[in-house]
Amino acid sequence: MAVAESKRLGRLERPALTGVLVREAVNYSSYWRSSTFSSTVEPTIYLLAFGFGFGSIVSTIGGLDYVQFVGSGTVATAVLFSSAFPAMFGTFVKYEFQRTYDAILAAPVDTEELVSAEALWIATRAGVYGCVPMLVAMAFGLDPAWGMLAVPFINWIAGFGWACFGIAVAGYSKSMENFNYIVSAVLTPLFLLAGSFFPLDNFPEWARVLANLNPLHQCVVLVRDAVVYGWDGWADLGRLGFLVVFGLILWRIAIDAMTRKLID
Amino acid sequence: MTELAIRLRGAVKRYGEITAVDGLDLDVPEGTCVGLLGPNGAGKSTTMRLLTAQAIADEGELDVLGFRLPEESKMARAQSGVVPQLDNLDTTLTVEQNLLVFSHLYRIARGERGAAIERAITLAKLGDRRDTKVSKLSGGMRRRLLIARGLVHRPRLVLLDEPTVGLDPQVRQEIWALIDALRADGTTILMSTHYIEEAQRLCDTVLIVSHGKAVAAGPPSDLVQEYAGREAIEVYGPPPRLAEVEQEAAAAGMRTRRTGTSVSILGIGSNGFAVEGERRPANLEDVFVLLTGEEIA
Repeated sequence: MAVAESKRLGRLERPALTGVLVREAVNYSSYWRSSTFSSTVEPTIYLLAFGFGFGSIVSTIGGLDYVQFVGSGTVATAVLFSSAFPAMFGTFVKYEFQRTYDAILAAPVDTEELVSAEALWIATRAGVYGCVPMLVAMAFGLDPAWGMLAVPFINWIAGFGWACFGIAVAGYSKSMENFNYIVSAVLTPLFLLAGSFFPLDNFPEWARVLANLNPLHQCVVLVRDAVVYGWDGWADLGRLGFLVVFGLILWRIAIDAMTRKLID
Repeated sequence: MTELAIRLRGAVKRYGEITAVDGLDLDVPEGTCVGLLGPNGAGKSTTMRLLTAQAIADEGELDVLGFRLPEESKMARAQSGVVPQLDNLDTTLTVEQNLLVFSHLYRIARGERGAAIERAITLAKLGDRRDTKVSKLSGGMRRRLLIARGLVHRPRLVLLDEPTVGLDPQVRQEIWALIDALRADGTTILMSTHYIEEAQRLCDTVLIVSHGKAVAAGPPSDLVQEYAGREAIEVYGPPPRLAEVEQEAAAAGMRTRRTGTSVSILGIGSNGFAVEGERRPANLEDVFVLLTGEEIA
């Protein structure tokens, strides 16, 4: 067989990453309809609800139509929903119930490669699905802009970090019930402190400072700049750097969590 | 001299206070089928996990296919196939898709992938089910697919962890035929089992393990001859009669064990002890009881 007979195998090898990605892609072929349905319908409902709800009370925010404001803001929410949540639940199911990771780690794949490939896959999905609210908002009057082409890339970077976050949570959790703590105490506050549905300008100073440490908020601002306001030079570069660092740190944490979980 | 596919020396694996593998020595020569025989909790599955570096030994030397574990485990895994005790197939995928995924994970070259999948489907006798989702397969078909998945890359070494556990007798026979064919093909096999008949039929050598330790090793027939003699007598009767027979045998220095509704007196012929009952050939289970005092299943 064409397997390396004597060659030393290293870390983060492309064939190992590809193997895990192929598994995900083949599996995706069996559930893409439901996944795409929820990723499309959910942001549409958000837009309709907030757009017609708040939109009837608030016409503009920061010089933007409320639909434009929410349409660009919900991109980050869609990224979160299509990365952190599938990563948490999917990872837990795969190691605890399906024992999929036992099978993969018996092949020439290490935990580092397994986690990395899973995060890459989820990030890629989040990159694409995260664009749906923007496309829906365009149907509701959001003007096209060249910066929109950067949105999948921003989503991908943010999605990678959130995917690693979800994998790490699953890795450190003893049961799925523990996810409730994370959802209530971490994700919900971050979700509300992101500036997706309302501006943070009227929040207390401390909340605005904290919001700057919120990757979801950084993603919201970046997408809004790309889609409607235009690039904000070094500030946006800093935000992008923040998301990259967030992803890298969570990546290593996720690998540590899953190594503890999968290797006795 | 025959090369060793697996060489363990003094392997120890602890989980807190529990020592699952306790100084285990194991040799698996290339081209042979070696059985790890022991009851549940003897350390068989942990030993299997040590061999794929899914468990890291606390002490000892572990070599698989010439690679030192855990450092070089990835190279060893590239040339090994693993058939786990628990079914972990992707149930929403078809037979062919499951094999396709593992042809990638085992790094089969693009040009060889199709042929490898075909060979695995043929091996598993699932040609007419290739497009069937795993969730629609019977237990026996799933187990055959699980074995074929571990063989898709033609590994030099196959680790079979309780390959027939939970299967009905007919399916078990099918799996045995499959393993036997593999063995005849010269593939090195390490198989854990707690089925005596399985070990006796398929293994060139058996390692009897108890509480994480090897208590005896050798060809099944040699072990039986050496430790249990040629025959045992099974005595049937009501519980008081069985207790009486046990006492008589113990007084004569004979070992006994309860086998359901009977008592087996082991090592018949060694000291002239005689009792009314059914004579039967001694087996590996008798050896196990003699050596460890435990029932095997």
